[in-house]
Amino acid sequence: MAMDAATIERLIKESLPDAKVTIEDLRGDGDHYAAHVLSAAFVGKSRVQQHQMVYAALRGRMGNELHALALQTGVP
Amino acid sequence: MNTITDSAVFERIRQDIADNSVVLYMKGTPIFPQCGFSAAVVQILTHLGVKFKGIDILQDPELRQGIKEFSSWPTIPQLYVKGEFVGGCDIVREMFETGELSEALSSRGIDVRA
Repeated sequence: MAMDAATIERLIKESLPDAKVTIEDLRGDGDHYAAHVLSAAFVGKSRVQQHQMVYAALRGRMGNELHALALQTGVP
Repeated sequence: MNTITDSAVFERIRQDIADNSVVLYMKGTPIFPQCGFSAAVVQILTHLGVKFKGIDILQDPELRQGIKEFSSWPTIPQLYVKGEFVGGCDIVREMFETGELSEALSSRGIDVRA
């Protein structure tokens, strides 16, 4: 099952409104994405915690519909 | 899954990460990874000459679900060092590229190839 990039971006922004989200469709198949997420909410959080915040925003889809989302997070 | 099963799986995970300094929960085996993300982490650990125990979650549906709940992490692979969750493929890759991974391993007493 696949998700489109706009849905991924919308879900992330719903949880992290200030986020700058860049999504790249790695293979052009709508199933392998790389997301780069910058948010002030990540300040003081470990990488694991930052990724967990993005996964929480995706509400259970990560690891299910979304198998291949390479994630990079950072502070703006 | 009921709570009895949960705690049994959690107990196994606790044991595995206590008995082995470096544990990689992965799809497939270190010799024959079944997913590109798992393969990437195996490659990094191998490159660093790190001895690790690979645990194939594809062989065990309970563990496959259990490890996700144990770590609060939705995807596989998952790397544990000295009982501590380090991260998944993206984090391991990023830490490798910045040199943080070697540092994190050696500071925990794990031999790393220079």
